Amino acid sequence: MNISRRHMLVLLPAAAVAWESVLAGTPENSPNYNMSEHWWGMLIQIPKCIGCGNCVRACATENDVPDGFFRTWVERYHVTDYNLTEPEVISPNGGKDGFPIVQEDAGKYFYVPKMCNACADSPCTQVCPVGATFVSPDGAVLVDQSYCLGCAYCVQACPYGCRYIHPQKHVADKCTLCYHRITKGLTTACVENCPTGARQLVNLKDPKDPIHAFLKTHTVQVLKPQMATNSKAFYYGLDGSVR
Amino acid sequence: MTGVEGYMYPNEMELQWSILIVLYPFITGLVAGAFILASLERVFLVEAVKPIYRLALLTALAFLIDAPLPLQLHLGHPERSPEMYLTPHPTSAMAMFGYVYLWYLMVVLVFEIWLDYRKDIVIFAQTTKGLKGLIYKFLTMGSYNISPRALAIDNKIGWIITLIGIPSAFFLHGYVGFIFGSIKANPWWSSPLMPVVFIFSAMVSGIAAVMLIYMATCKLRKVAIDVRCVDTIAMYMFYIFIIDFALEMLDLIHRIYESDESFRSLNFMVHTQLYIPHIVIQICLGTVTPLVILFILQVSGKKFAEKVRLRLCTISGALAMIGIFAMRWNVVIGGQLFSKSFLGFTTYKVALVTKEGLIVAVALALLPFLFLWILIKFLPPWEESHHTPAAGD
Amino acid sequence: MNIFKDSGHLFKFAACFVIGFLIYLGLRGFVVPKTFGQYGHYRGSALKDIAAKPIKYAGHQVCEDCHTDQATAKSAGKHVTVNCEACHGALAAHANDPTSVIPVKPDPLVLCARCHTATAAKPKDFPQVNIDEHSGGAPCTMCHTNPHSPAMGAAPAAGGAK
Repeated sequence: MNISRRHMLVLLPAAAVAWESVLAGTPENSPNYNMSEHWWGMLIQIPKCIGCGNCVRACATENDVPDGFFRTWVERYHVTDYNLTEPEVISPNGGKDGFPIVQEDAGKYFYVPKMCNACADSPCTQVCPVGATFVSPDGAVLVDQSYCLGCAYCVQACPYGCRYIHPQKHVADKCTLCYHRITKGLTTACVENCPTGARQLVNLKDPKDPIHAFLKTHTVQVLKPQMATNSKAFYYGLDGSVR
Repeated sequence: MTGVEGYMYPNEMELQWSILIVLYPFITGLVAGAFILASLERVFLVEAVKPIYRLALLTALAFLIDAPLPLQLHLGHPERSPEMYLTPHPTSAMAMFGYVYLWYLMVVLVFEIWLDYRKDIVIFAQTTKGLKGLIYKFLTMGSYNISPRALAIDNKIGWIITLIGIPSAFFLHGYVGFIFGSIKANPWWSSPLMPVVFIFSAMVSGIAAVMLIYMATCKLRKVAIDVRCVDTIAMYMFYIFIIDFALEMLDLIHRIYESDESFRSLNFMVHTQLYIPHIVIQICLGTVTPLVILFILQVSGKKFAEKVRLRLCTISGALAMIGIFAMRWNVVIGGQLFSKSFLGFTTYKVALVTKEGLIVAVALALLPFLFLWILIKFLPPWEESHHTPAAGD
Repeated sequence: MNIFKDSGHLFKFAACFVIGFLIYLGLRGFVVPKTFGQYGHYRGSALKDIAAKPIKYAGHQVCEDCHTDQATAKSAGKHVTVNCEACHGALAAHANDPTSVIPVKPDPLVLCARCHTATAAKPKDFPQVNIDEHSGGAPCTMCHTNPHSPAMGAAPAAGGAK
């Protein structure tokens, strides 16, 4: 079973219509989007990731992510077979500029793209004192930056390190699952720019979404399952050493 | 740029909560502790601490006025903080702050102080001229009724308010502990013992603070210190300190014995970066040492001369304050030094002149003393002025 | 009656609380955003605000509307999973105004190397080469003439859409 990018096309029939609104300068009028028909998540296939950093760069460009902060980043794990629980992990500049070349071949290497886990029971939105961050009805964890106090409690509460305080706006900032794109029938910037199809945006409410067939035949895992956040970022081929 | 060792998630390099957030639970703790001490006299009828009853209330109020300032300064958008009152999020421990704070400030402290001082306020309002007199007149709220019957009613209501105040003080500080204890993402914080440890350490620090302030004011006023009062305070401090220490050790031993996934990382942190603030300052200097001194005072106190006893109380009180400040530091800062990946550590250096720097922190730590000075000017807490109001009426 | 007379000051104090509370209630109704609570404990219109952000990556469907020849070449080759902007950069601006915003052609030596530089850390089944040894400094497109369908001997790359 292989979900190629072209299958994803089937997923997003609204794209062409939405593009007309984009051309018309009124992208917010995407007429085909209905919140109740979506429950967004992400499928990340570790064996497909080559650590090129395209997703990190695309995310930074699309979302004006400030330097030194990351809505998505890529980690490279090096696990040797005599020490399975103490991996050596690097993520230079979040993997934005790629990774250093490795010559020796001892142990195994793999890349882990990280992003907001789009938790259904998100600990970050639970602690917000004013209701400035929330899980949207279609399953994205969003920040209302015109309402956020910048107390950073949500940053402390995210088990995955996905949030930061925007250095200029002084409010919480994070992956929006490219909410401005997915509501227009487009896919996220990281998915659009992943050359190997290691990331796939999934709509769990769509019975035709290839994720359902994938989940039938593959074992997937979420990050830190002990946190019980009901994460919707599903990892295929995730090693036990990943934190 | 901060020094990073090992692997941290890229958004974790810089600490979110600075020294101001260390100050905040420390100051709220002093409020709760000072109030509990005041309640000793009022509710538990410990006669010996009567000289500090009013002083303890004013201290609590002075620190409570200061408590939200470090929080406010730390916010990215302080101007939006009223949202906490307008749309408090029911699932957020922090959203409770506004309400618990207002309840404690207005219903407990201001109301109790007002009831207790009403007689003095009325007398001052009738005898003082100028701006000060106007303020007193405002404070009477137009009621000059200080008949014995009215004062008896005040006394009864005041007692009830103190009774409500004790759980409120526990609540005020317990919820501060809950803010940290409820974060499951952070193993250094996540513990059901956190609120309880916070409450007991708060009581120790508040009692120590009032004791020190009492001795300092006596020195400044050139009045003899009531040694029996200080001895009694030290006794209560000792007992509460033992509970606090036992809880903290319980937490520590539990962590070491369970050795969960975070243990290796946290253990390393405690033995390196946190060694001085945690092992040396908090546990050895700030807890064990004052406990030993207080213990000696309890078992053989009367053998020492009064002057020595007072000196030992001063030392143990000051050490306890340092130890509990270190405890807040180790909780707040320590909880942010390690990566949630448990693979690395960052460092924290206090800046000097930034919005959240050392100068601001010191200023905010001294501000309550200014508030206290103003409060004492308006509402003298001393016994003698209590009995013979100024400018005899 | 006497009780009320002697506790009148308490009622005055209580009245302050009641007035304060009423002011709070009034203010709250006035200040809280209208859409707050529409979907949950947050400003409902925040969803629209966040969705209204302009996009920068047009998406390959839009590119392929005009650049049909490249799309066809790509669909037949190994780079079928690589979307246009993954190499060419964010080009929503070009899609909006194709005549005045002209994309820069990427340098193959830099671009190809990003993915295809050999390293022990990459999945073994991914095609990767030591660039210096493999090409000796010559641009990749000298042999792999059509980057859209990079197998050697494929039809050379055509020019941009007209």
